[in-house]
Amino acid sequence: MGRKLLLEKAHIPGIRSYEVYRREGGYASVEKALRMAPADVVEEVKKSGLRGRGGAGFPTGMKWSFLAKPEGVPRYLVCNADESEPGTFKDRYLMEFIPHLLIEGLIAASWALGSNRTYIYIRGEYAWIVDILEQAIVEANANGWLGKNILGTGFDCQIYVQRGAGAYICGEETALIESLEGKRGNPRIKPPFPAVKGLWDCPTVVNNVETLAAVVPILNIGGEEYAKIGVGRSTGTKLISACGNINKPGVYEIDMNISVEEFIYSDEYCGGIAHGKRLKACIPGGSSVPILPANLLLKTAKGETRMMHYEGLADGGFATGSMMGSGGFIVLDEDQCIVRHTLTLARFYRHESCGQCSPCREGTGWMEKILNKIEYGKGQLSDIDLLWDIQRKIEGNTICPLGDAAAWPVAAAIRHFRDEFEWHVNNPELSQQRNFGLAHYAEALTTV
Amino acid sequence: MTQFSDTRLAEVRQIIDRYPEGKQKSALIPVLHMAQEDFSGWLSPETMDYVASLLQLEPIEVYEVATFYSMFNTQPVGSHVFEVCHTGPCMLRGSDDIISYIKGKLGIGVGETTADGLFTLKTVECLGACGYAPMMQLGKHYREHLTPEKVDAIIEECRQSVA
Repeated sequence: MGRKLLLEKAHIPGIRSYEVYRREGGYASVEKALRMAPADVVEEVKKSGLRGRGGAGFPTGMKWSFLAKPEGVPRYLVCNADESEPGTFKDRYLMEFIPHLLIEGLIAASWALGSNRTYIYIRGEYAWIVDILEQAIVEANANGWLGKNILGTGFDCQIYVQRGAGAYICGEETALIESLEGKRGNPRIKPPFPAVKGLWDCPTVVNNVETLAAVVPILNIGGEEYAKIGVGRSTGTKLISACGNINKPGVYEIDMNISVEEFIYSDEYCGGIAHGKRLKACIPGGSSVPILPANLLLKTAKGETRMMHYEGLADGGFATGSMMGSGGFIVLDEDQCIVRHTLTLARFYRHESCGQCSPCREGTGWMEKILNKIEYGKGQLSDIDLLWDIQRKIEGNTICPLGDAAAWPVAAAIRHFRDEFEWHVNNPELSQQRNFGLAHYAEALTTV
Repeated sequence: MTQFSDTRLAEVRQIIDRYPEGKQKSALIPVLHMAQEDFSGWLSPETMDYVASLLQLEPIEVYEVATFYSMFNTQPVGSHVFEVCHTGPCMLRGSDDIISYIKGKLGIGVGETTADGLFTLKTVECLGACGYAPMMQLGKHYREHLTPEKVDAIIEECRQSVA
C-alpha cells in the first residue's frame, strides 16, 4: 500500500465541509506557514523537491523563487484548474471531493508569494465544481482563514474562482492569463515570463491544482520528509488518472516507487485489462506524451522494469520511452486501433489550436485530414511519410507547447506502430469492417 | 429587449469587484456565461452588444472572445444540448456507438437541432471525465457511464422537464 498524502482523507464522510475538514486537522499548514517568513515557506517547498503536477514537471520552489518583487506592484498567484489534457481528470477529483485541501494550499502559497488576490481559473465545463469551491471559500472566510488580517498577521487575502469557457489552450499559463484578462486564449511570447510580467502585467505565479494541494502535506511534514517519499528527483506522491480499457478506471495516488506493471495489474490500482483482454499500448501521461507498445511500457529498452516516476517513464527518451506528463494514464487493449485512436487525438489538437502560429494552425488540420484518409481506407503508403514530415515541422516551431503536444502523439504512433498504418493502407476494405488493430503488439496476460 | 434582471446586474457588479480597479474586462467570460444562460442558450449579436455596453468594451472585444471559446453558442440551440465527448479515452469505451445511438433516437445529425426545438446534438473534445466514459455534458452537469438505456432515460427526463 503506497503512502497517501493528498487523498488520505478524501473518503471521510463529509470531508467536503469545513467542520469535518478542520476536525481532521485541516488548515494546520496555514497556521504553520503564517508563523514562518514567506521566504522560509518558499525554502521549504524547494527542499521538498516538488515538481509541477500540471505536466511540465518544473521544480515548484524554483518557480516561486523567480517571482519578481518590485516595490508597490501587486503580485498574483493563479491556480490552473483548466484541466483539459485528454486522459486527465485528477484535479477535478481533488476539487470535487476535498476542496478545502486546495483552498488551504492556496492560502499558504499566497502568503509565501505575497498574493492578496488569488484566482482559481477553472475550465468552464466543470460548472458544478465552481459551486463546491465557492462554498469552501465562503467557509474559509467565515472562519478567518481568508479576508483581512488573517490570524492577526496583517496579511489580507481573497480567493476568487474564474470560469473559462472551453479551450484546452488556456491550460498554457500565458493563454490562461490572457483569458483571465477577458481575452482570447492566445499564448504570449516568452520572455517576459509571468514571474516578471503576468496577470495585468504584474509578477504572477501559475501553478496546477495538485501542485498547490501538495503544499499542504509539505508544510505539515516538512520539505525534507516529503522529499524522502518517492525516488530520486521524483519526490512525494503523484495523482494518476487511469482510463481506457482497464477494470478500474479512476484517480489513484501513487508514491512513485511502483512499477508500471503493478499499477496496471494490481487490484489496488487499475485491476488489469477489462474483459480479460491483453494490453496493447498505453499513453502514460496525458494524450500529448508518446504512446508506448506493451513491451516498451512494462520494460525499458534495456530490459529493466519500468517504474511509475518521472525518470522511469522518460527512460529511453522519445525513441523508446515516454513522459509522466499530467498523469493521464490511457490504456488500450488488444482490440484497439492505433490509427483510429491517433485520429481522435489529431482532431482534438486541430480543434484546440488557437490559430496563432501557422505550423500548428495548418499542420494540425493536415494531420487530421491525412489520418482520416488512412482510417477510412483511402490512404497511400506515402501518406505515412507525409504525416511524419508534417509533425516534424510543427514541433519546436510554435509560440507555445501545443504544437509539440500535437506532433508527439502522431510521431510516436508512427514510430512504434508503423505496420499498423501500412496495414490500413494495404487493406482498405478489410480495415473498414471493424475497428482493426494488429494484435501482435499485445502482451501475454500478466498477473502481479 | 436584452436586459439582465436587477439581481443579475448586482451579480455582474460583484464579479467586477473581484478584479482591481479598471480591469472589468476580466468579467467578460463570466458575464457571457450569464448572458447565455439568461437569453435562450446562445449569444446573439444583440446580446453581445449588450454585454459590451455593460462592461464598457468595444463590441469587437466581445465578438472575438465569444467566437473563440467552444462553450459559447453563436447560433440558436435547442432547449437541451447533448454535448457528447468523442476524444480518444471516450472512443476507447464506446463513445462512437453512443453518438450513433443518439443520432438514431433523435433523428438528427451532429450539430443539428430537432424540429420541435427540444434537442441539439454536439460532439465535444475531452471534458475531463475519461475514467467515467462514455459521457456527455447536459447543462451544468455531466452524465457519465452512458449506455443506450441511460440515454433513453435522459431523453425522457428532458421531455418531462419541458412539459
